[in-house]
This record gives sequence, C-alpha cells and structure tokens, in this order.
Amino acid sequence: MIAWLKANPPPGPFRPEFWRSPLRGPWLTSVFGLALLIGIPLVAITGLLSYAAYDPRLPANDTTPERGLLGFYFFGWPTEPVWLYRLTQGVHVILGLTLVPILLAKLWSVIPKLFLWPPARTVAEMLERASLVLLVGGAVFEFVTGILNIQLFYVFPFSFYPAHLYGAWIFLGAFLAHVAFKLPKMVRTLRSRSIREELRIGLDGTRPEPHDPDGLVPVSPAAPTISRRGVLGFAGGASLMMFGLSVGQTMDGPLRRTALLAPHGREYGPGPNDFQVNKTAAAMGVNPAETGDGWRLELAGPRAAPLRFSRAELLAMPSHTYALPIACVEGWSTVQRWTGVRLADLAVLAGARPGRDGVFVESLENGAFSKASLNAGQVADLRSLLALRVNGADLSLDHGFPARIIVPNAPGVHNTKWVRSLSFRPMST
Amino acid sequence: MIEGMYRRVITRYGADPLHLLVLLACFTLAGYAASRVIVAGIWLGFLVWFVSAAIIHDLILYPLYAVADVVARWRPWHRLRPPPRAVQWPPVHDHVRVPVAFSGLLLLVWFPLIFRLSEDTYRASTGLDLSPYLGRWLLVTGVLFAGSALAYALRVRRRASRRERATPPRR
Repeated sequence: MIAWLKANPPPGPFRPEFWRSPLRGPWLTSVFGLALLIGIPLVAITGLLSYAAYDPRLPANDTTPERGLLGFYFFGWPTEPVWLYRLTQGVHVILGLTLVPILLAKLWSVIPKLFLWPPARTVAEMLERASLVLLVGGAVFEFVTGILNIQLFYVFPFSFYPAHLYGAWIFLGAFLAHVAFKLPKMVRTLRSRSIREELRIGLDGTRPEPHDPDGLVPVSPAAPTISRRGVLGFAGGASLMMFGLSVGQTMDGPLRRTALLAPHGREYGPGPNDFQVNKTAAAMGVNPAETGDGWRLELAGPRAAPLRFSRAELLAMPSHTYALPIACVEGWSTVQRWTGVRLADLAVLAGARPGRDGVFVESLENGAFSKASLNAGQVADLRSLLALRVNGADLSLDHGFPARIIVPNAPGVHNTKWVRSLSFRPMST
Repeated sequence: MIEGMYRRVITRYGADPLHLLVLLACFTLAGYAASRVIVAGIWLGFLVWFVSAAIIHDLILYPLYAVADVVARWRPWHRLRPPPRAVQWPPVHDHVRVPVAFSGLLLLVWFPLIFRLSEDTYRASTGLDLSPYLGRWLLVTGVLFAGSALAYALRVRRRASRRERATPPRR
C-alpha cells in the first residue's frame, strides 16, 4: 500500500519535478533558519517581559486572568533603568517587523515539504508534521495579530491580549521542538559551504546544492534567474527596509521623521504638547466638563478620611521635573519633560509608607485601562510623578489634563491619564 | 532487554524515543494553551485565525507571487528588444521584480494604514487621520523603482565601457 502510494503521487506540487528553483536547498534554508534562531528568541523574550511589565498579579492589571500556569514569571517591575521598557518593547515590535521578510523567505525555501508524498512514512514523521502546523500557524498568527494590532486594525474576533499570549506559547513550544530536531543539521549544513565564498558567486556560477534526502534540492532544476547571494541580499535588504521605515517611531528628534511606514511616528507640531497621542480623551469617553475647575483628586490611604485636592492645590505643592520616556506596548516611545508632584509625597500625605505601599489608580476614562495598580517600588521612586505639566506647559486634554501618572520604565498604559483617585495600600513587590 | 525495547521503539515509531518525548512536551504545552483559549471564551475565532495563518503563505501568498514572477518573465513582454548591433542588454527581470516585491511587502504589512482601513479607530486614538500613508507608500515605491532603474543604467554603462575596452580601436 505504502509502496503503491509512494509510486503514484497525485499530480502537480506533490511530484518532485514540480519544484524547480535551483536555489532551494538545505544551505539556503539554514541561513534563513539561523537568522530566525537569533531573532525569534529576542522577540519572544521581550514579549514575555512585556507581559511581566504589566505586573499582572496586582489588582486590575491582569489582561489575561485565565492564563493558569502560563503566567508564572512574576516579579515586581522595576523603575530602573528608565529606558528598559522602551528598549524591550521597541525590540519586540521593530525586530518583529524586521523579521517578516526572513520568515517569508524561510517559508518559501521549504514549501516543497508541505507537499511531501506520501505525507508521512512513519508515526514519527506524522507527529512531527503535526507540530509543524503549530509552528507555521503559530508564527504567522503571532506576526499577523501583532502587525494588525499596532495599526489599530481590530478585525480579529478576539481580544488581542489573550490571543497573542496563548498563541505565543503554542508557537514557542513548536519552535523549541523544531530547533531541537533541526539544530544539528543546520550547523552541519552551514559548515558545509562558506558564506563568504557563496557571496562571491554571481548568477553565472550559481548551481543547485548537492542532492539532499529531504527533498529541498530540485530533481529537475530550472536555470537560475538570480544568484544565491542575490536571494540573501533580497531578503536582507527587505528586512533593512522594514527596519528603516519603522524604527523612527522609537526615537526623538529629526530621526523620528524617518518612520514613514509606522503607525505612531507622527508629527503633531512644534508645541509643548505636540507629541504622539495614543488615545484621545474623546476616544476614552472622558467628559471635558469633568476635567474643569470642579475636578478634585481623591487621595485615600491608611489615614481614616480621604483627602481631596484641586489642581491649584496640587500645583502649590513641591514640584519636580524629570525627563522620562513614555513607551507603549505598540512599540513607539518618546522622552518628554514632565513636571508634577511626587507619588511618594502624596503617599505620605495619605498616611502610607513609601516602599511598603503601592497605589491603586483610577481614571475618568472608560475601558480596560481605567484602573491600574503600581507596585511599592514604583511609588517609592522619587521620579514617579503625578504630572500636571509637560515641557513647561499644562498638560493638554489628550495628554491627560488635569493630571496623569508618569512612572519611570512603566508600560504606557500604566501611566494613567485623567487621574481621578489615588488609593495607597499595601502591595508586595 | 532494554536494548531490544529501544530498537523496537525505533523501528515501530520511526525515530529516537527522545523525538517522541519532545513532541509530547510540545503538544502538551499547546493543549494547555488551547485550554486557556477555551476558558477565555475565544476558541472559535482563535481556531479559524490559527488555521488560516498556517495555510495563508503556502496556499495563497506563494501561488500569488509565483504566478506574478512567471508573468513577469513571460516572453511577449520581452519582444521589444534593442537592435542587435547595440551592446547586449543585461536582463531587466531583477530590476523589476525587486522593487515590485519590496513595494508589495510594504503593502502586505501596512495595508490597513495605506488603504485607510483602520481610519475610525486610528482617528479616535491618535487624533490624526491616515491620509499620509498612501502617499508615503507611493513615494517609497517610486524611490525603489528609481533606484532600481539607476542601478540598471549603471550596469548597462559598465558593460558598454568594458566592451569598448575589449575591442581594439579601428584603424
């Protein structure tokens, strides 16, 4: 039966003669594989760090409450170095975009194996191919959901956070298994042919790789239309282009203008409040009337009665100015000069002890991030502010007027805008 | 005896038992993550998108760009050849497909911005509209084609000057 199947593949892509590119072969696949082997773990680790940056064990911070064992790496998110989240989340998003062409090139290079005939010769092969569905499906799922999410194109019928997190675990399991199976072969293949010599060979000298048992090298190769170094340059150049057109959204100054094709590298103008807005007041259902003279900050803590402060009273308190980054989970970031009252000072006013107590923040906005908790270390950091002004001017409504949180190294959504109340209470770090 | 069992597993299963162990670990993790997806109440949409993700490159994107490449190399496009006495022109194929592919890649990744598909959420979130992106994409595409054409012109010139040097001057 197996012998009959093997001898009679269906027509088209199931026959080895169908695949004719003289460039496909284990060496080329291994080069793309090596690039992904370096890049994917970086994207994965920075992604998991971003999960931790939300401090999900604190009240209201958990976007994936059903995670079970998949969220075991809890530690209090630090405030030092201040640029850490800016860096890790920038790497997560920009490196992810940069790897898109490499992922596509890798998928192109192994496509004949999808149509292997017979589909599986042994149980081992059958199971391994099932894991490849998880590998390819997981990789493309993670890239697609991430890329659509940063463009605010919410066409997927699920919430981004759980889907991207659980999809990542499915992908990473299959990725590790794939690496375990293929790493020895990748190393062997890369050693068999020097990349430096390969880069000297033009179109005229391009020949198929030596026959391999895995069926990547074509049995009846066509004449090459591009050299192997041409293909490497093609994929690498496309990667560089993706990087160059988006990395600007993680920078300040003139380089930010280079982010021609990135969702959050936009120019607003020359004013003190003219930097990237992530969510406008209107979008978050903030009623401008509630932010006027009648606004009061409600301050609660171990002290018996909650205190209330007007904006003028807050402005009269000792104020401090720090240049701190605001870094979004969507990968963009910017440094601005924030002025306001230290959270540690407000904690003392509320009868709390900085270093022991965290704070529960509530906003005038609606939606998932209207409440957030900051850990004790974040409250105690002297640069953590209830900011009232930015770059020497009052906050604009879209940047959180009358008052917003700015905490060094916190993810953007925890720098709550339109703060309504602060409630200091014990929270472990 | 253990030796015999080991060999039996290898013949029956088709690989080292460690291979099976790694795959079982992989499927266990995937199964557990899938159970979280179910608890989150998003399993149907998740499954549809996951399966689509597994096939979109091999069954949709690949045929599209493979056919595009075949069409680009189709003979009738290449009938307009320069007269034979002129220098032999280097193939133009790469100078077309590289800018097309790069531009297509940008479109593949950024189509929601370029075609303003997320206009409403984007405007509500950032306070800006998506109008610049189509122009930016066209600009980058134009630069890619111009650069490619320039590279082609340089290649032609280099080839011509090499040929001049190769043929001795007439008396």
